[in-house]
Amino acid sequence: MSEEDDFDLNELDDKDLVEQIQDDLYDGLADEVTEGTEILLSRGWDANDVLGDALVGGMKIVGVDFRDGILFVPEVLKCAGAMKGGMKILRPILAEAAEDTSLGKFVIGTVKGDIHDIGKNLVGMMLEGAGFEVIDLGINNPVENYLEAVDKHQPVIVGMSALLTTTMPYMGVVSEEFEKRGLRKDIHMMCGGAPLNQEFADAIGVPAYGRDAARSAEMAETHVRDSMNKREHR
Amino acid sequence: MNTDKKRLVLGCGALVYDLLRLIEQNPGLSDKVKLQCLPASWHNKPQLIAPGVDDYLAKHGNLYEDVYIAYADCGTGGALDRVIEKYQAKRIGGAHCYEFFAGSEAFHEMAEQELGTFYLTDYLVKNFKRLMIKGMGLDRYPELFDVYFANYKKLVYLAQTENEQWQKEAAQYAKDWGFKYEYKLVGTGYLDCVFDDIEIMPLASEEN
Repeated sequence: MSEEDDFDLNELDDKDLVEQIQDDLYDGLADEVTEGTEILLSRGWDANDVLGDALVGGMKIVGVDFRDGILFVPEVLKCAGAMKGGMKILRPILAEAAEDTSLGKFVIGTVKGDIHDIGKNLVGMMLEGAGFEVIDLGINNPVENYLEAVDKHQPVIVGMSALLTTTMPYMGVVSEEFEKRGLRKDIHMMCGGAPLNQEFADAIGVPAYGRDAARSAEMAETHVRDSMNKREHR
Repeated sequence: MNTDKKRLVLGCGALVYDLLRLIEQNPGLSDKVKLQCLPASWHNKPQLIAPGVDDYLAKHGNLYEDVYIAYADCGTGGALDRVIEKYQAKRIGGAHCYEFFAGSEAFHEMAEQELGTFYLTDYLVKNFKRLMIKGMGLDRYPELFDVYFANYKKLVYLAQTENEQWQKEAAQYAKDWGFKYEYKLVGTGYLDCVFDDIEIMPLASEEN
């Protein structure tokens, strides 16, 4: 940005500042996103609103432009890096209020044989933005790791990620094991990754396929809210 | 049937030199085969491969007697196979070009030894700066290196030809990225199977 274009974020009203944070996030400007986040909080904004309106709102625009071929992976990663800046400020505040606002725990991991985690990390960040407590198992996870995490954390959803055509079938192994152990009635399962599609998810018996990070978070949130509504109406 | 029709080999641009060399080595092929390559940059964007192949075959497929696809699955998760089925074409087996270059068994052994292995071929070494550095945005955002490669530990150069310059360059890339390095001269592996049926089966025009 040239000096003439430079301006003080403090001078913007709330609506313009939210838009500016979204623009800065889109441009991958981590320092500016962090500063904007701090300003909104100093004006008395609720951390959840800052997260939802400014950060998640910005990442949704990024997600749409990625899907439409306007943005590419490097730019999306820069945007994610900028969002992380804001998340760093918000996370401790959100954690304090987690009991009241959390949608529950979401266990996520890349499956056995696969070391790719870019997509998984983006989904994790969007899930956190949606209000989940994310338990990240990292990469190269055999089915035992998912089972152990279920025992330990009692998640509402388990998500599996894979980038390779050779590793995606392992999701079927995890899904089958969950079925065998009767875990599917209480735990929703999701899968995602570049080579996957809905047909594959159907074939391995995983009910939800998230085509991108923003959509995955939306689907997870919808699932939990629908489940809550059903329970309330019983 | 149009008896003048050739057979189309539609392949990845990253295989163009290897495919051309194989055709040159077998003079009988050049009369029978039309080679068409799609952008090598799709190596980094596998979601474009299946629609790209579909689009090309929808426009030009009917000009050829048969269609052979010089791709592996290449990260399309079966999407390329669905296109191939639509046009009754066939492709090279395997998940990646690395697999058909190295051979399935050797490739799986390498992956098992070190999951975090980054593979290069002649084409990828020659075009490293364009496809890897620029293509992945590392020229603009070098800070993304860890985001991409934090889980990688080793670089294996699966060479198709012996080229000292490329060997030096590949070793240097491994050093620059802090990876262990291994060089394997594997040749074109079973890429040539794309031409197998073409050599065996005469063109319809030859039968008449």
